[in-house]
Amino acid sequence: MVSALPLHLEAATLRRRGRVLVGPVDLSLDARDGGVTVVIGPNGSGKTSLLRMMHGLQRAEGQVRWALPADEARQRQAYVFQQPIVLRRSVLANLAFPLRLRGVPRPAAFAQAEEQAARFGLTGLLRQAAPSLSGGETQRLALARALITQPEILFADEPCAALDGSATREIEARLVEAAQSTRLVMATHDMGQARRIASEVVFLLHGKVHETGPAGAFFAGPKTEAAAAFLRGDIVE
Amino acid sequence: MIRAFILALLMPLAVQADTMRMAVTTSFNNSGLADVLLPAIEADTGLQVQLLVVGTGQALRLGAAGDVDAVLVHSRTAEEAFVAEGSGTHRREIMYNDFVVVGPVDDPAGASDAATAADALTRISETAAPFVSRGDDSGTHKAELRLWDSAGIAPEGDWYRPVGAGMGAALNTAAGMGAYVLSDRASWLNFGNKDGMAIAFQGDPVLFNQYAYLPVNPAKHDHVKAEAAARLEDWLVSPKAQALIDGYRIAGEQLFTFNAQR
Amino acid sequence: MDDLIAGLAAAFRLIVTADPELIEISIRSLQVTLTAVAIGCLLGLPLGAWLAVRRFRWRRGVIATLNALIGLPPVVVGLVVYLMLSRSGPFGVLGLLFTPTAMIIAQVIIVTPLVASIAHQAMRELWAEYHDLLISMNATKTQRILTLLIDGRRALLLAALAGFGRAIGEVGAIMIVGGNIDGATRVLTTAIALETGRGDFALALGLGIVLIVLSLLISGASHWAMRTERQGRW
Ligand SMILES: Nc1ncnc2c1ncn2[C@@H]1O[C@H](COP(=O)(O)OP(=O)(O)OP(=O)(O)O)[C@@H](O)[C@H]1O
Ligand SMILES: [Mg+2]
Repeated sequence: MVSALPLHLEAATLRRRGRVLVGPVDLSLDARDGGVTVVIGPNGSGKTSLLRMMHGLQRAEGQVRWALPADEARQRQAYVFQQPIVLRRSVLANLAFPLRLRGVPRPAAFAQAEEQAARFGLTGLLRQAAPSLSGGETQRLALARALITQPEILFADEPCAALDGSATREIEARLVEAAQSTRLVMATHDMGQARRIASEVVFLLHGKVHETGPAGAFFAGPKTEAAAAFLRGDIVE
Repeated sequence: MIRAFILALLMPLAVQADTMRMAVTTSFNNSGLADVLLPAIEADTGLQVQLLVVGTGQALRLGAAGDVDAVLVHSRTAEEAFVAEGSGTHRREIMYNDFVVVGPVDDPAGASDAATAADALTRISETAAPFVSRGDDSGTHKAELRLWDSAGIAPEGDWYRPVGAGMGAALNTAAGMGAYVLSDRASWLNFGNKDGMAIAFQGDPVLFNQYAYLPVNPAKHDHVKAEAAARLEDWLVSPKAQALIDGYRIAGEQLFTFNAQR
Repeated sequence: MDDLIAGLAAAFRLIVTADPELIEISIRSLQVTLTAVAIGCLLGLPLGAWLAVRRFRWRRGVIATLNALIGLPPVVVGLVVYLMLSRSGPFGVLGLLFTPTAMIIAQVIIVTPLVASIAHQAMRELWAEYHDLLISMNATKTQRILTLLIDGRRALLLAALAGFGRAIGEVGAIMIVGGNIDGATRVLTTAIALETGRGDFALALGLGIVLIVLSLLISGASHWAMRTERQGRW
């Protein structure tokens, strides 16, 4: 089967009004299933910007190159935003929406949406208006909706931010489950979570990739002083 | 909602019967005579006549542009020019009514004592009693200007108020201001807001108001319904029309006098 | 005061006796206005959404023009349409002057900029909210606009209502292009103008009350539809 991966970034830079938000970044994402790349770094270090640049939400300088043409590659990706965006529709319609965009007929899309809702514990909320969901429910909906198209690669920007312990564990379980068949790129602040699920780490500082490597080695002994300090919980300047 | 929209879109908006359009003056329409004549016309000739009620100037312009099939107005010079320029085939006199000078019941200018129309207007201008003029280039307005001219007066000053409006609106304004105004008798009798107003002067033959029928020239506009216009003309000069026109009464008064040549 | 009471009495009489002329005039009013508003929405709503979604060079200019067109005096619209449709005008061969179609054309011109502008305002807010999601999901341009139109339908209903309000009470333009022909192009507003001109205030006021009740009914119905929609499934 053709794949959108690997993804290559070469000197990729995101700039807004003359200011560099992130980059230049040189990075490759291989096609390995079950791979979880965790992007960490202090607030404002450029995690969101990096994910958005990879996903193609913003036009970048340099190269952001997928193995497929940009449009086809986009079709195989999904993105969960740091501030979840839901449509002003029912939970059911939100879940079915990506399928409807792909031309799946309404009954089939709704049937799939109901199955997905069952998997994510949203069945009781199907008829509710999505904007009236609680924060945790909204996160769950956003993730369920992102995964309904069975994307090859999923970007998740702090999907557990502002969730309590049990909700975090639940989302995490879904992510791990999804990672069986989906390449996962996730930004997080939660070092415990990073340790639990990462197979690869990208550590960002001041918009640059400061250190990167396999998760085991990174958490056991970071090569740079800044990364070590960040893992200790010190304030990194 | 959507279904209602679609239904409204699909529904034919006008029934296409045997129709023709005729531009008539406000004063004719306000007389109420049309309400008597049109049903009779439809019954006798099968013609549905659609009236465009406008001032004489605009009525003739509608005819010249070919937007109506015939014109029924009362302004001899303009009508003759209309025929001369080829916009109408001919001019056929149908009937006449008359103008009256309407004013406040207490008649501050003493217009009711005047011997002639010119005399009445002279009294109004001399006492500088307020006078409302149509000021809209209508047949009534033109008649009014001719009267001032014959009295040798150029009406000017605070007391002279051109309103640029139809007969009803001018009467409303005059009633509100306690002013004099020249009106055709029909509009005045049909006017609903007579409070404090009465006829101040009437009866001078110069106040007579001749209506003429002018079919639009099909040689100039080939879409014009000339055959229908001819049928309508035949009816308008018929004895049936004569009986209806002469017999039309408001508050017991005859308004129009049939005078067509057969 | 007497006029007012007489007007109310006349209106009451007209409605209770289901006066055929009144009914005919009211239906024609609704037919012309609803058709014009429907066409205005068909044009204005997607235009508003499109302006919110697309960046192109003349966008600001188009929006400014739209807002200027809202202030267009209806009589001027009427005059221009009149000159266009007159037998001696460029579209004279169509023979549309003094027909309900001409009135609809004039009202579409009056209503569309208003509908488009209100739709644009609403769509711009919604687009700011949905932008990232729709781009991320690779929605086509048509899909983006459709999504905005569907999810912003309450705001769009308000735009349509505003258009209706402007059209149903309009007299200047339709008087000129329709000609206020009895039985063909006479609608509530032109009939009111006519009766006022005749000094028949009672009937004019009666017709005016009918007009007000009519537009209250329609706007009430829309609000009702909106509320039930909110309670339901979105
Ligand atoms: N649209 C924008 N315009 C200008 N500056 C921006 C924009 N988006 C992000 N930035 C800036 O770019 C920097 C990186 O932002 P980004 O959102 O990528 O950080 P982050 O690592 O995701 O932070 P956090 O952990 O708080 O989510 C910040 O300083 C931010 O203010
Ligand atoms: Mg972020």
